[in-house]
Amino acid sequence: MRVLAAMSGGVDSAVAAARAVDAGHDVVGVHLALSRMPGTLRTGSRGCCTIEDSMDAQRAANIIGIPYYVWDFSERFKQDVVDDFIAEYSAGRTPNPCMRCNERIKFAALLEKALALGFDAVATGHYADIRTDEAGNKELHRAATWAKDQSYVLGVLNTQQLAHSMFPLGSTPSKAEVRAEAAARGFSVANKPDSHDICFIPDGDTRGWLKDKVGAEQGQILDRSGAVLGTHEGAHAFTVGQRKGLSIGYPADDGKPRFVLEVQPKTNTVVVGPKEALDLAEVAGFSYSWAGLGPVESGIASYGADDSITEFACEVQIRAHADPVAAIAFVAGGELVIRPTTPLNGVAPGQTAVVYVGTRVLGQCTIARTVSAVPAPTAQLV
Amino acid sequence: MAIYLDHAATSPMTREVLEAYTAALTLVGNPSSIHSQGQNSKRMLEEAREQVAVSLGADAVEVTFTSGGTESINLGIKGLYWAQNPAPVHPRPRVLIAAGEHHATIDAAEWLARYEGAIVEEVAIDEFGRIDLVALEAALGDDVAVLSILLANNEVGTIQPIADVAALAASRGVPVHLDAVAAYGYLPIDFHALGVAALSVSAHKIGGPVGVGALLIARSATIVPLIHGGNQQRGRSGTQDAAGAVAFGVAAREATTNIQARATALAMLRDRLIDGVQAAVPTAILRGDPVQRLSGNAHFTFPGCEGDSLLFLLDVAGFSVSTGSACQAGVPEASHVLLAMGLSEADARGALRMTVGHETTEAEVDAFVAALPAAVSGASRAGLSDRVVGMGV
Repeated sequence: MRVLAAMSGGVDSAVAAARAVDAGHDVVGVHLALSRMPGTLRTGSRGCCTIEDSMDAQRAANIIGIPYYVWDFSERFKQDVVDDFIAEYSAGRTPNPCMRCNERIKFAALLEKALALGFDAVATGHYADIRTDEAGNKELHRAATWAKDQSYVLGVLNTQQLAHSMFPLGSTPSKAEVRAEAAARGFSVANKPDSHDICFIPDGDTRGWLKDKVGAEQGQILDRSGAVLGTHEGAHAFTVGQRKGLSIGYPADDGKPRFVLEVQPKTNTVVVGPKEALDLAEVAGFSYSWAGLGPVESGIASYGADDSITEFACEVQIRAHADPVAAIAFVAGGELVIRPTTPLNGVAPGQTAVVYVGTRVLGQCTIARTVSAVPAPTAQLV
Repeated sequence: MAIYLDHAATSPMTREVLEAYTAALTLVGNPSSIHSQGQNSKRMLEEAREQVAVSLGADAVEVTFTSGGTESINLGIKGLYWAQNPAPVHPRPRVLIAAGEHHATIDAAEWLARYEGAIVEEVAIDEFGRIDLVALEAALGDDVAVLSILLANNEVGTIQPIADVAALAASRGVPVHLDAVAAYGYLPIDFHALGVAALSVSAHKIGGPVGVGALLIARSATIVPLIHGGNQQRGRSGTQDAAGAVAFGVAAREATTNIQARATALAMLRDRLIDGVQAAVPTAILRGDPVQRLSGNAHFTFPGCEGDSLLFLLDVAGFSVSTGSACQAGVPEASHVLLAMGLSEADARGALRMTVGHETTEAEVDAFVAALPAAVSGASRAGLSDRVVGMGV
């Protein structure tokens, strides 16, 4: 196959590209330029945007012996990822920009361009596994190493995208093994630190970065009954589940700590309450997709009236490194509804719920609506 | 073996240049040393300086060797600016540059604006890349320290009406720095006849080595150096690269001997390429001046195509070409030259520059023309990167 290896300049994508070559594919390396202002040289991997990363990727491509190019996706990245990130926060939601980048850039804009230019697949350094069932359908599974598993951020991939994606690191037992392999191959990036932060916020200060973009105005902090407890310096600085930084100044009646339950950007209001109130009995969203065959085609559910899908057992994961929780899910009224058997804790609208069946990623939805496990004293939550 | 159609980026060394270069590299001797080996090195250096001077219609004393085109341009612009603005008075704070200049010029001028308080103004160019002489005349004045302009544009190949520009500037007493990096070796240059204050060239654009260039500084002009320590040359300090100069001298002689006949022959090859492209891909639009253009330059935009897609497909097919604007970390961006010529960003992104040179053959040009339609149709499918896509979403 003709494979386009997306090379970030990190160790994972370099080894993935080398393995694609070893597997006999005709490989070309491409670094995605995601910013028009690459900035100054920084130490350590930030995953994107820096000249140093581009040069690291090129050096790895040289050693592997594959052609290498830099393609400019900065305009798309700004619109689809950065602007989207700001808009989501402004609307009181908590987006995952890495998922958005996978969904709109790496496995959409880049993949489409690759296919148009004659490639068969895009290979990346993600830790996830693509398997083919007996009937030839592609399935996305967790990586062999659950500690490094990145199937969560790939949950947005649909059937067509999976058919043209390749994750050569999926079956590697440990990251140490990937680093050892990189060293053995002579890659200068063998010991390059992993990237953790959001790549377009290099200092890691998301709140500070957002403050410049969305502005900050003083607003009210309320309890669940609507009583005013204090003021804040801008709702964007709060996220659901947050405990620190509320500065209310006096304790709750029961003496327990308060947590952010809800951020309401339209009224610039932050709602707080006890920890138990963060427990959710249900998360749901209209924006959902299946990674390969859906639950009906997979034989674990059936269609009901009005394109609804009957209940099926699954597991739900709400963050990249959260533990999966057993759940029941169904589709009704165009909405994917997920009811965990034990409450989910600290979920913010805008986050993605990825639905698993065993190790397989069944699909995902962007959480738009939540139902608390603990009824509010007076007003309804969300 | 890939077919090389990127002579404007760098042009291969001939056997004669390479032999002269390597022979000179085997000799020891600092040209500033007083002993015989130093004197031998000095003799090689000064012979090379004479060859470069002759190739440009200048005197040897007017040739300052540099590390290349970028240093020459920086020295020319900043050096003239500083000389015209002795501290603490700044009688000539304005710097004029044409729109669509090379980044060496733009960035040097912007540096002067940021750190020296210069007032930088761009003089407009038209849709073919030619400077607006009326606007230039209006902008000239006795408060202008330097006017810097390309003799011919490195991307689109447009040759400026430079005699008119020089005459206008002279009539207003404004020193001119001429960026002749792209023009050198492709059209005759007579430094004395032009009457400009300074002129930049680079060796590797004419088949010399990378890392060697020259700034011509007119006898009458004053330039403040960029780097200090030793005063080995007029306008530049630092041990001189005798071997690099020797190679430059040979390349200069080769590139400018019978230059009119060479340019005519090269222009025929270029026109074969332009005609071939237009016949093979009728939607392609020739950019730059159709007549007053460099003898080796063919520049097109391909509507609906991304230049980096075209470049990739042609590279895979065995052709080395350019989008015209190599940028930081190899990221292709819409060319500022094309934007200054009035193109939209979308049109500018579909640019491709092919430059033929001393080794290019008709068969290579024909092979390129034959391969182009497939690349254009592939790049059209890939489309422009700013369109909205969604894999089956």
